[in-house]
Amino acid sequence: MEILYACCVGFLTACGVFLVLRERTFPVVLGLTLLSYAVNLFLFASGRLTEAAAPILGAGDSHTDPLPQALVLTAIVIGFAMTAFVVILAMRARADLGVDHVDGRLPDDTPGAQPTRQKDAKK
Amino acid sequence: MILLWIALLPLFGVLVPLLCSQRSRLFTTWATAAAPAIALGLTLSQAGTVLQHQTLRYTLSWLPSLQLDYALRLDGLALLFVCLVLGIGLLVILYASYYLSEQDSMPRFYACFMLFMAAMLGVVMANNLILLWISWEITSISSFLLISYWWQKSEARKGARMALTVTAAGGLALLAGLLLIGHMVGSYSLDVVLQHGDLIRNHPLYTLTLCLILLGAFTKSAQFPFHFWLPHAMSAPTPVSAYLHSATMVKAGIFLLVRLYPVLAGTDQWYSIVSLAGMCTLLLGAYFALFQHDLKGLLAYSTLSHLGLIVLLLSIGSPASTVAALFHIINHAIFKASLFMAAGIIDHETGSRDMRRLNGLWKYMPYTATLAMVAALSMAGVPLLNGFLSKEMFFAETLNQSILGSLSWLVPVLATLAGVFSVAYSLRFIHDVFFNGEPIGLSKTPHEPPRYMKLPVEILVGLCLLVGIFPEFMVQPILDAASAAVLQDQVPSYSLAIWHGFNFPLLMSLVAMAGGVLVYTQRRHLFRFQHQFEAVDAKREFERLIQLSVRRANVFSRWLENDSLQRYLLLMLLALLVLLGSSLRELHPLSGGRSLLPLDPVTLCAGLVLILSAIATVVVNRQRMLSLLFLSVTGLMVSLLFARFAAPDLALTQLVVEVVSIILLMLALFFLPYKTPRNAAAPRNLLRDSAIALVLGALVGSLCFALLSRPFDSISSFFMAKSKTDGGGNNVVNVILVDFRGFDTLGEITVLGIAALGIFRLLEHLRLFKPSADGEGRLWARQRDSVILNVIAQGILPLALLVSVYIFLRGHNNPGGGFIAGLITSVGIILQYIAHGVSWLKPRMRLNYALMIASGVTIACLTGLGSLWWDRPFLTSWFDHFHLPLIGDVELASAMAFDLGVYLTVVGATLMMLANLGKLTTAHRPQYEEMQ
Repeated sequence: MEILYACCVGFLTACGVFLVLRERTFPVVLGLTLLSYAVNLFLFASGRLTEAAAPILGAGDSHTDPLPQALVLTAIVIGFAMTAFVVILAMRARADLGVDHVDGRLPDDTPGAQPTRQKDAKK
Repeated sequence: MILLWIALLPLFGVLVPLLCSQRSRLFTTWATAAAPAIALGLTLSQAGTVLQHQTLRYTLSWLPSLQLDYALRLDGLALLFVCLVLGIGLLVILYASYYLSEQDSMPRFYACFMLFMAAMLGVVMANNLILLWISWEITSISSFLLISYWWQKSEARKGARMALTVTAAGGLALLAGLLLIGHMVGSYSLDVVLQHGDLIRNHPLYTLTLCLILLGAFTKSAQFPFHFWLPHAMSAPTPVSAYLHSATMVKAGIFLLVRLYPVLAGTDQWYSIVSLAGMCTLLLGAYFALFQHDLKGLLAYSTLSHLGLIVLLLSIGSPASTVAALFHIINHAIFKASLFMAAGIIDHETGSRDMRRLNGLWKYMPYTATLAMVAALSMAGVPLLNGFLSKEMFFAETLNQSILGSLSWLVPVLATLAGVFSVAYSLRFIHDVFFNGEPIGLSKTPHEPPRYMKLPVEILVGLCLLVGIFPEFMVQPILDAASAAVLQDQVPSYSLAIWHGFNFPLLMSLVAMAGGVLVYTQRRHLFRFQHQFEAVDAKREFERLIQLSVRRANVFSRWLENDSLQRYLLLMLLALLVLLGSSLRELHPLSGGRSLLPLDPVTLCAGLVLILSAIATVVVNRQRMLSLLFLSVTGLMVSLLFARFAAPDLALTQLVVEVVSIILLMLALFFLPYKTPRNAAAPRNLLRDSAIALVLGALVGSLCFALLSRPFDSISSFFMAKSKTDGGGNNVVNVILVDFRGFDTLGEITVLGIAALGIFRLLEHLRLFKPSADGEGRLWARQRDSVILNVIAQGILPLALLVSVYIFLRGHNNPGGGFIAGLITSVGIILQYIAHGVSWLKPRMRLNYALMIASGVTIACLTGLGSLWWDRPFLTSWFDHFHLPLIGDVELASAMAFDLGVYLTVVGATLMMLANLGKLTTAHRPQYEEMQ
């Protein structure tokens, strides 16, 4: 079971990292979301995997570790806020810069890319 | 306590001249002089004790965690330097008030000057290495300000920058060296460090430490090969040169060598490095001093030479040579300060410092000329003057050393040679300036300076004579005390008598004097010889070096920072990879031996679906909508994993967050391109990125497995035990959130609110291109309302609210709580937005989201503050049980109010983000024609 869990975390990380390295904003946002899944699962793993009951008193004889759960719960919500912020930032960047490349401009070797200076001059 | 006043009075004195800026110059001078005068008085009041070989200490705890104390000490050595710093400082203050012209800003000069003085006192009185270093750096900075006092002049700026660069770079080396000493000894206290000389000398890091500290000391004291900055610092006003470049700043490096002499000296490395530097500086300075045409340039090179002499004495390493070094420190400070002042007077009264033009001044200013000549003779080492005594001791010491092994006989010969040149340049100072014909082309007719401008010179020259004639009476006590402090009470017997009979040192002195006269009279040949060489302009070379390094640095940073976020991220991930990989290699074996859970088919399926959907998200990432759908599958699977491993709260939260964030991303996608365009450089990048991603994934996966397979000991038993009794809830996760770690949660909802406000701001005045067709070119439906969705949404809203109230209320004892309830409420309301649109909803539901966020955070804060009312720590929760008719036993907890704050913030923040984004899609529906 632990191996499967570790594989899940590993693949989520790999997919997240790959997407984060893309040059357009939207895949990067998706990559960040995948990475935050990976991080949340990883943090959750610090309480180890057990067959014990949920950390609710009276629900069973032994309980899982509540502390990582509390940490991850807030992490999920904060992660959502961050994703939302980043995606809106990406929209704003596209609106202001006219391109959804993470660098805010197209690399000079891209077909159809305007040389950076001219664009600045126009603005 | 008195020590503290001595050290701090000059520091307060920095403010005095600044406050006097409206007063007369005389008043400013006297007011500025008050602080150092009092400090000098205090020092002298303590002198009696210190001269009995006692050390006074004062310690004020400053940053104990860094072992940094404001610790001061006053032993013989410190007393000697404090007297020099304050005494000569006072004379220079008086002198400067006449030297500075009407246009020069006096308060600025005095403020910098006092800052320098305070820093210098810090250096010499510090009893903590770090404190010493801080003061050391302040002397560098304040000397920069002083040298560049006439900032309008290019050479002043350049000279100041050069001095700062060299001394500050040396300061950094010094810091490294001092930290190494602290590392060896385990303390930065000088008291402790001085006790551990053997430990440091035998430490494997000794050589490195010595080199670093010597770098600091040599740059400050302008020793070869860092001597070049000192002559260029002569562009400073003369009072600055008289103070910094005779008595204080250049002596700071030597002070450091003397201070750390008990721990660093006495090894082969010390002998070879220090003696070499000292010898080179001594000869170089003496030789080049002769060829300077600038009066101050001559003095600057002569200072180099004398500093080299002192350093050479220190390198010899015998107790007697150390005494001689200390003695020469005093003597040099006295005669060099007076010479600088005399040079300043000449400059002031004639308007020139060029010795080719200055001739025959004896006729015009006989009194000043006499003073200057006495001081210059002392510099040359003529009997009955103080310079003679220490030079004699120096010659004696050069005969009793073996620092160069079998070549040690060279040392006295070279010392005599340096003596010859020093006599020659002293003669030049006297003869070329005061005799030798008539002045050539001076802008002013020279005359004697104002009465009190001469006073400091008179005092110093008087001291030269007094020390030279009555050495035992004048300096024996302080020299004894200082030597005792350095040599740790092994003071050798030495004699300060003027006459030791006919002996070798005297012979060397006589040879030096005769040779000096000879060299001076035959100087024409030497000048012609020296004229063949092209003069190396140290300033230009230095500037060129600086420019070169700036260019290199620019090229490097342009290469590193090419404005590509994509590349920064790549570099950071690579760094992470290296760090993680190297530390994981040490984690062997990977499995920690904890018994693993058996695999069950359902979980396996879920895990596989998770992995496959994650991979699918990546594979189809160019088709963004599809990719987003796969992402949502992944999110749901994560939520199921949480549920599987007994984390119902997490599963619920993840589920609802997933819904909200997918809606948000879909809305965003409406404004972004539906497909990611191909990139020309794609294949190579794809390969590279996949490799990095896979390796990093493997590393994180292994780390996760290593974590999972290791037994652990959690602090959670505390939370489990106290949850019911202290927090009043059965759901430990919720109790941790609202009670034990309530402060964290408060921070987190604040962040959530800030993020929402940030989004609100970002969306303001956002001008977006609103497509009227999707990526495939199909037009968006113009029919806005869907009847089925409308009906369902309206029906669901009360249910959703009901569920969220239920989830909220049960949260303390069962899975649920403010976060989840808030998200459920948000989803319910968002559904209304989706079904009806903003324009329909706006008049029907008047919710001010900003107000909700604010009130949520406020309620949470007030709940926390409430506990202060009962004298409990912030956010202590309170609860009790009540029996209400009909309803039964009801628990009321203050944590509930806190959770309400969480709930309101979550609802407000989520809706603020989504509603504002959604509003954009409907505000001005684009027309079909616009697309054409």
